[in-house]
Amino acid sequence: MKRGTKRRLDGVVSALSGFVVILLCLGKWSGQLVRAAGNGRTGELLTYASPIELLASPDGKRLYVLCQGSDEVRVLDSASFAEVKRIHVGRLPRGFSLSTDGSQIFVANSWDDTVSVIDTNALAVVATWRVGAEPSSVLQGRNGQHIFVANRISNDVAVLNAQSGEEEKRLAAGRGASYITPSADGKRLYVTHVYPNTTAHRTAPESEITVIDAARAVVVDRILLNGIAHGFHVAQSADGHLGVVAEMHPKNLVPLAHLEHGGAFADTLMLFGADVGNQPVEVPLDELERYAVRPFGVAIAPDKSHIYVTNGGSEIVTVIDVRRLLAFVRTHRGPFAEDLSASSNYVVARLAVGHDPRGVAISHDGRDLLVANRLDDTLSVIDTQTNRVVSTVALDGPRQISVLRHGEQTFYTAHYSFQGQIGCANCHIDSTFDGLQWDLEPDGFGRDIVDNRPIEDLKGTEPFKWNGGNPNLPTECGPRTEKYFWRSENYDDLTLTDLVTYIRSLPSRPNRWRTPDGELTLAQERGKALFERAVDKFGNPIAESNQCAYCHSGSKGTSQKSFDVGTRKSTDNTGLLDTPQLTNIAMTAPYLHDGSAATLEQIWTVFNPEDKHGRTNDLTKDELNDLIEYLRTR
Amino acid sequence: MRTFCAVAMMLAAAPLTLTAQLTASSKIDEQKLHAKSTETSALKALPRFRFENFTTANGLPDDHVYSVLVDGDRIWAGTDNGLGLLENGKWKTITTKDGLAHRAVISLALDHRTGDVWAGTMAGLSRISGGRIDTFTQLNSGLSNDVVYGVSVEGENVWVATAAGACRLDLRTGQWSLYNERNTPMVEIWAYGVSATASKVYYAVWGSGVLEFDQKTKVWDKYEDPDGENEMVLFKDQGLIHEITTSVSYVDNVLWAATYFGDSRYDGRYWHNFLTKDSGLPSNFTNVVKGVDANRAWFGTDKGLAYYDGSSWAVYRPSLTTGKPEMTVRDAQGHVSEVTVTSAPAHNYILNIDFQGNDIWVATAKGLSHGILQKEK
Repeated sequence: MKRGTKRRLDGVVSALSGFVVILLCLGKWSGQLVRAAGNGRTGELLTYASPIELLASPDGKRLYVLCQGSDEVRVLDSASFAEVKRIHVGRLPRGFSLSTDGSQIFVANSWDDTVSVIDTNALAVVATWRVGAEPSSVLQGRNGQHIFVANRISNDVAVLNAQSGEEEKRLAAGRGASYITPSADGKRLYVTHVYPNTTAHRTAPESEITVIDAARAVVVDRILLNGIAHGFHVAQSADGHLGVVAEMHPKNLVPLAHLEHGGAFADTLMLFGADVGNQPVEVPLDELERYAVRPFGVAIAPDKSHIYVTNGGSEIVTVIDVRRLLAFVRTHRGPFAEDLSASSNYVVARLAVGHDPRGVAISHDGRDLLVANRLDDTLSVIDTQTNRVVSTVALDGPRQISVLRHGEQTFYTAHYSFQGQIGCANCHIDSTFDGLQWDLEPDGFGRDIVDNRPIEDLKGTEPFKWNGGNPNLPTECGPRTEKYFWRSENYDDLTLTDLVTYIRSLPSRPNRWRTPDGELTLAQERGKALFERAVDKFGNPIAESNQCAYCHSGSKGTSQKSFDVGTRKSTDNTGLLDTPQLTNIAMTAPYLHDGSAATLEQIWTVFNPEDKHGRTNDLTKDELNDLIEYLRTR
Repeated sequence: MRTFCAVAMMLAAAPLTLTAQLTASSKIDEQKLHAKSTETSALKALPRFRFENFTTANGLPDDHVYSVLVDGDRIWAGTDNGLGLLENGKWKTITTKDGLAHRAVISLALDHRTGDVWAGTMAGLSRISGGRIDTFTQLNSGLSNDVVYGVSVEGENVWVATAAGACRLDLRTGQWSLYNERNTPMVEIWAYGVSATASKVYYAVWGSGVLEFDQKTKVWDKYEDPDGENEMVLFKDQGLIHEITTSVSYVDNVLWAATYFGDSRYDGRYWHNFLTKDSGLPSNFTNVVKGVDANRAWFGTDKGLAYYDGSSWAVYRPSLTTGKPEMTVRDAQGHVSEVTVTSAPAHNYILNIDFQGNDIWVATAKGLSHGILQKEK
């Protein structure tokens, strides 16, 4: 956004040619809309824009808003925020970027595995390319030859021919590869990922910044992020000397205060680059009673004076003074991640914005910062000189708050927890899972370690918890969550109902291991026969409770009953475990109640010595592979 | 030498007139000249190297080197005690502490598209990608067996030769496909080597000849020793020389196959076999073959490193008697001559070979050797 356009934003309330643009003062904004919506929410199924990412055109005249809820790119006039056009793209777009010459916008459509190519002159989709599993961001290399797409489920970066969109290869990235940013000189690409890489059971999570040589399109380095489970946006300063990753640092290992004791996450940034030396440096954003939950979007001022970070759970933008930050890390010895006194040395403002703030865009002159508030359908406009939200732009769409919307806001906020430390989405990243194991309840340190289960398509999978202790979602999300996780505030009945309604509404994402026509491959067919068999290879009948299809029955793959499958550890209070559903099981590693099986194979090659978890020890390796091929289609 | 003997026999066989004698004499001279010129041209044509050898003394992780891989300017060496990486003149060692599946790295392959290196070890298959190591074992993945004798990358597929058959990892889907006696013509399942291309995939299966997978038809075929004799060669050039295959190399639509009892070349129609008795091969006991193209190949034997240029042979080794560097050339006529050299591979027991432009890298039982091509003086 050019400086000249900014003045026209300040405090102006305007209605423009059929589009409603509402600017609200910050002080009245925070909290009020939720309360009002809570009172007046509707059971209608409404389509919200749900803005998640922002882009400014090279000339600063247009603002592109990626709307995840309405599957659109909305084109706004940067000066007036009047809507110029809506461009329909693929399902659930998650990331977008401008081509190197600004003539095209590439959009990663996460649920239909495509990239939409938009002509910025015609403002129309001119091509749609098929890519890998759950594309989450897309970027053209500086030389223009390649398009890079981060695929969340296939954990890789696809390299496409920029002219044809044809995929040339895929580069192995971190688990849940999602966000790509070029280095200042364009020679390198930095890729982060939202799920932790595989590590040994009950060891600290690890993540990485995958570093790609943009010209050669090969991975040349991986910057290790120790202790980090979830990485989001990454940014680099204009001088190329400072890189910043927004990330979450869980504290899920013993010795650990149980989750109920709080402090389960450190919300941090990872600094890398010449400014901080050879090793990346992790710095916290949290302060006692002022947590910065779920850092997501990052922008660095063009003059490198400040870093801006959106915090989805806390619904704030954290402003950091770079000079003070660098002085701090150069004069103090780490690690700092869990030091709640550290951030006061460099955090200069915490600006309240809307629900679930995500992507940010900074004007070319650095004077204005725009924030996409995903669950409000608004954009916060921040004056970076005064560090104040000067206006809030409402995107066109429903003004009512539906039950589902309110439930989603409840899911993503951290306001219900003690000191606002965590929210549901801390462990259910983008309403999925986190790939971690936790000690949830105060039954002794290290007892009953449980793996986090996904929450899609939950209807018909009750009861909940690994011991089957919670008969339904209202119990799971209400008293149990309030007692062990929030320890602060109860949901009111309507809010709990909305939350449960939202969670129950989460569909299962498309299964990427099924063939397009739904037919099983030969290997999957063979595996299905093994899954359903009642007689072993020696002709002996398999006890009903030891047949795969008996416990993992029905369309969700659960009989909703508990069984002892021989996986009880000495630290477990019971070996009787709820049968987990099989929905999209291929992407939810690790496995078993405590996450001790890193892969599906290990369930049977390591943890089923007595054939209690199904009769499998008569199988050959080929047959076990077939069984797994079938399971991956569930 | 054989040419001269044949000429002498012809001379002895029939009384000759003077003219005939003169003519014959002239022919002999011609043949001598031709032989000499062939020998000279063979000597000239066959490459000469200066070998620089690496051992633990200059940074190699271990002297027993099973495998070597050229990766641009970098050299990977799979040793008995870790994976060595030579970069900018310095060795770095990657071990199990870094996540490597096992200390003994017995096979290596480069994914040329991504730059990832695949290392087959005694306890699983590791992928080294941008410094990260991911390990696949028979317990945590669909890999058929942890002893990975061979690995080859083709497109999105990683083809693996293991002690329990062949397998393929589809990098796009993550699916493992296993190939063994149940779904291929493989009798034994001890897969020793693999060479994968977009059209064909070949496996050297110890005791079961050569397996061929046609990528288009998805059909497996098998090449065996036609005489079925382990001790004798009854049908030379009519098929694979022996069932005990150790290595395969498919290049320019030609298959090169190594066995412990000689080597073979197959162009899709005709076989040609190589034995010490009728070629320049220094030993029938061949650990590795690597084709340069359809006509040229390198052979790693237990008695030295050999090169075949389509007609002549060169052998590079420390002398079997004196241990001094030695290069011998055998021309198309069978004439053997020695070339004075000052260096040789680190050891005669050659386990693996790779090319770096015109240079060659050789894994031996006692060190890694870099053969630097010498320009003709």
